[in-house]
Amino acid sequence: MSRHNAALDITMVGRAEAQATMRLPYNEKLIGNPSTRVLHGGAITTLVDTASGASVIMKLGGPQPIATLDLRLDYLKRATPGEDVLATADCYRISRNIAFVRSIAYHEGEQDSPIVASSATFMLTGVSSKAGPPKSEESQ
Amino acid sequence: MTEPMNTLRELKRSGQFSRLPELIPYSQFMGISVEQATGELLGKLAYHDDLIGNPSLPALHGGSLGALLESTAIFQILWETEIQTLPKIVTITVDYLRSAKPVDTYARGFITKHGRRVVNVAVTAWQADRGKPVATANVHFLVHPT
Repeated sequence: MSRHNAALDITMVGRAEAQATMRLPYNEKLIGNPSTRVLHGGAITTLVDTASGASVIMKLGGPQPIATLDLRLDYLKRATPGEDVLATADCYRISRNIAFVRSIAYHEGEQDSPIVASSATFMLTGVSSKAGPPKSEESQ
Repeated sequence: MTEPMNTLRELKRSGQFSRLPELIPYSQFMGISVEQATGELLGKLAYHDDLIGNPSLPALHGGSLGALLESTAIFQILWETEIQTLPKIVTITVDYLRSAKPVDTYARGFITKHGRRVVNVAVTAWQADRGKPVATANVHFLVHPT
C-alpha cells in the first residue's frame, strides 16, 4: 500500500483472479460537505483507483508497473455518513498495452445498490514499445 | 441556509478567495489551498509525502490528483455562481496525461455549462510547466438538488 492509501487507511480486504476489494473506513477528516457529513468524492476516487489498479495486478498475476490512463466515476447515490465504503474492481480485459477495469463502490452488504459505478483503463508501462513510433523526449 | 454557505457568503463579501478550503474538511486534510496570484482562481496541492501513490518513480497517487481536480471545480462553482448549497458530484472523468512528480501541483477550472440543475466544469492540473498538464477532468455537479 502506498503512502496515500495509508493516509486514508485504505486496506485490501479481498482478492480473486482479476479482482480486488478495498475498504475505506469512514473518517471525519474526509468529509466533503459539513452539512450532510458525506465523504468527499476525492476520497472515493482514491479508493476506486486503488482497487482498479489492484485488479489489474491480480489479472497480471504479480506486480508490474502500470499507470492509470483514465478513470470515470458515476455517483449513483449518496454515501451514508459514518459507514465504511468498499470498492470491488474487475479487470475484464487485458491487451498487450492496456488493461480495462469495471468497478463499484458500496456499503458492506449492499453490493446490489452501489454508491458508485466506475470504469478505468491502465497502461502497462513495463511493456517495451518496439513496434511503436520512435519515442520522443515528450512522451515520458 | 446551511452553515458552510453562511461562511461562503461572508468570504465572498470580503473577497477572501484563499479561505474557500475552510468550507471543506477533506480539502484541508489534503493540503489543498486556493491562490489568486494570476488574477484567476487556482487550486494548489502542496506536495507532502502522504500524496505518493507510486513510491518507485516516485509519483503522486491518481486519487491525489483527482482530489485536486474535483476540489478546484467545486471552488470555481462556489466563487463564480450564486449557488445556495455545496455542489453535489454526479460524474467525474479524469484523464491522466503524465506521471505527476513529487512537487506542488496547480489546477484551474472553467465552467463549461451552467444549467438550472447541473453545472459542467473542465479542470486542468499542471506542475512546473502550465503547458504540460499532468491531468485533466470533466466534472458534472448537481447544484439544485431536489
